[in-house]
Amino acid sequence: MTTLLETRDLKAFYGDFQALFGIDVTVADGETVALIGANGAGKSTFLRAITGMLPAAGQQISFGGQTVAGWAADRIHKAGIAMVPEGRRLFPSLTVEENLLIGASGGRKGPWDLAAVYALFPDLVAKKTNPGTALSGGQQQMVAIGRALMSNPRLLLCDEISLGLAPKVIKDIYRAVPQIREGGTAILVVEQDVGQALAVADRVYCFMEGRVTLTGTPAELTRAQIAQAYFGAKTEEAA
Amino acid sequence: MVWVNAIVQGMLLGGLYALFAAGLSLMFGVMRFVNLAHGDFIVTAAYLMLALVGMLNVHWAFAILLVPAVLGAAGYFNQRILLNRVLGGDLLPPVLVTFGLSIIIQNALLEVFSADSQRLNAGWLDTASFQLGGGIAIGALPLMMFLAAVAVIGGLQFIFYKTALGRMLRATSDDPAMVPLMGGNNGHVFAIATLLASVVVGIAGIFLAVKTNFDPAAGPARLLFAFEAVIIGGLGSLWGTLIGGVILGVAQTLGAQIDAGYQILAGHLVFLAILVARPRGLLPKM
Ligand SMILES: Nc1ncnc2c1ncn2[C@@H]1O[C@H](COP(=O)(O)OP(=O)(O)OP(=O)(O)O)[C@@H](O)[C@H]1O
Ligand SMILES: [Mg+2]
Repeated sequence: MTTLLETRDLKAFYGDFQALFGIDVTVADGETVALIGANGAGKSTFLRAITGMLPAAGQQISFGGQTVAGWAADRIHKAGIAMVPEGRRLFPSLTVEENLLIGASGGRKGPWDLAAVYALFPDLVAKKTNPGTALSGGQQQMVAIGRALMSNPRLLLCDEISLGLAPKVIKDIYRAVPQIREGGTAILVVEQDVGQALAVADRVYCFMEGRVTLTGTPAELTRAQIAQAYFGAKTEEAA
Repeated sequence: MVWVNAIVQGMLLGGLYALFAAGLSLMFGVMRFVNLAHGDFIVTAAYLMLALVGMLNVHWAFAILLVPAVLGAAGYFNQRILLNRVLGGDLLPPVLVTFGLSIIIQNALLEVFSADSQRLNAGWLDTASFQLGGGIAIGALPLMMFLAAVAVIGGLQFIFYKTALGRMLRATSDDPAMVPLMGGNNGHVFAIATLLASVVVGIAGIFLAVKTNFDPAAGPARLLFAFEAVIIGGLGSLWGTLIGGVILGVAQTLGAQIDAGYQILAGHLVFLAILVARPRGLLPKM
């Protein structure tokens, strides 16, 4: 498999505060990769740096064979990276359908259009003229995923898509993942629910305090290794 | 009957105020940005019309297309080159920059056109009118002004709610930080909003040129009327802006009916009353 995304020694700052201390992550074409880690580990920051929302000029981020670090976020989006952001961030004055359509503004062609998104999330059909923010949390999450898919991305970034949702709703949403993969899209999911992450991913990275503390396939990793990488040495003492 | 007449004339005058206000409302709606030079841009458009038709003898049919086009293009580049640099952070820098622009424009107009008040002669159109009976006559020019305002607001409403561009403008108004993740460019979208607003400024300037006497210092008063119409109607609501313009216009003509000196004062009083009763305006959007 060819490498789609690769970061080398990626660092990120909020003013003087350093949030990432040299992250090496790769995602292959069509692969599903999960990032796990505690609150504040830097997972969202990592996604923001890839999308160009955080300045990353002069760093090593390659995507599809091009160095994209320092590109404007809209240019990176057009190159094929779409994001389902933390908290969903639907546009309140747009209807469900308008929220989906605006995702297609970049003009990339591919398998995803309105019909394909409605087939993936049939619940949305009856709601298409509602304001996006008038839906249930799970349906809003479906709109946010659909909006990102509408850009026909090569890489889909998902930031905590199960946060705050009921277990049944989470299952509904994760059922979409195989169909998204079939379209050829690689997926990078940030997930606090480790069980969910291991179930869906080909490979897992664990972040702690701005560093990668563990990486491997779900089959390779043991619970003890994950607990250690997730919480650090302190919990090992407690255990 | 004189009162009915005053109300009818006030509604038509309100069309002009709505034209003054629509651009201000649009820019505020998309960018939360208040352009203090808005009135001066309207006066500049009026002088451009006067120069083209009154001095250079350009055919009026060409001039009424050229003025909005020039204003629109200037608005786009003004936003990209200057105004975008002061957007997004504190509220004060845009206020200072557009206040400075206002002073620069007024002085430039003074330099080129002198302080004399001027008006563009519209020929037969100045006096043409329809008799409605009962002593009420509707002037052709005020009627055109009102219809132009309805058409402009209707057109903007169509763009905002029925086109991909409008979708992008509304999304930018909601959450500009998310727009680049949709493939949109904030700087460009902001400039498109200013382009649309400036085309409306051009249209407003054309009517200002034929409707009243104007001079280089006429901008701030137009800005004030525009502000009042926007705030009466409700911030960011386009139809609200039309209603706000009409209310302001009617208040002024009724005031003038009582005493010629009360025209402007009556408008301000109604504005204040509405501000007290409904601080967010009649049709608030946000
Ligand atoms: N806008 C910001 N300004 C300053 N510091 C920030 C900002 N956003 C995040 N941080 C800090 O950067 C670090 C990493 O935050 P980040 O949001 O990337 O963590 P996360 O792994 O996504 O956590 P969570 O699971 O809570 O979403 C944290 O210490 C956080 O406090
Ligand atoms: Mg996060």
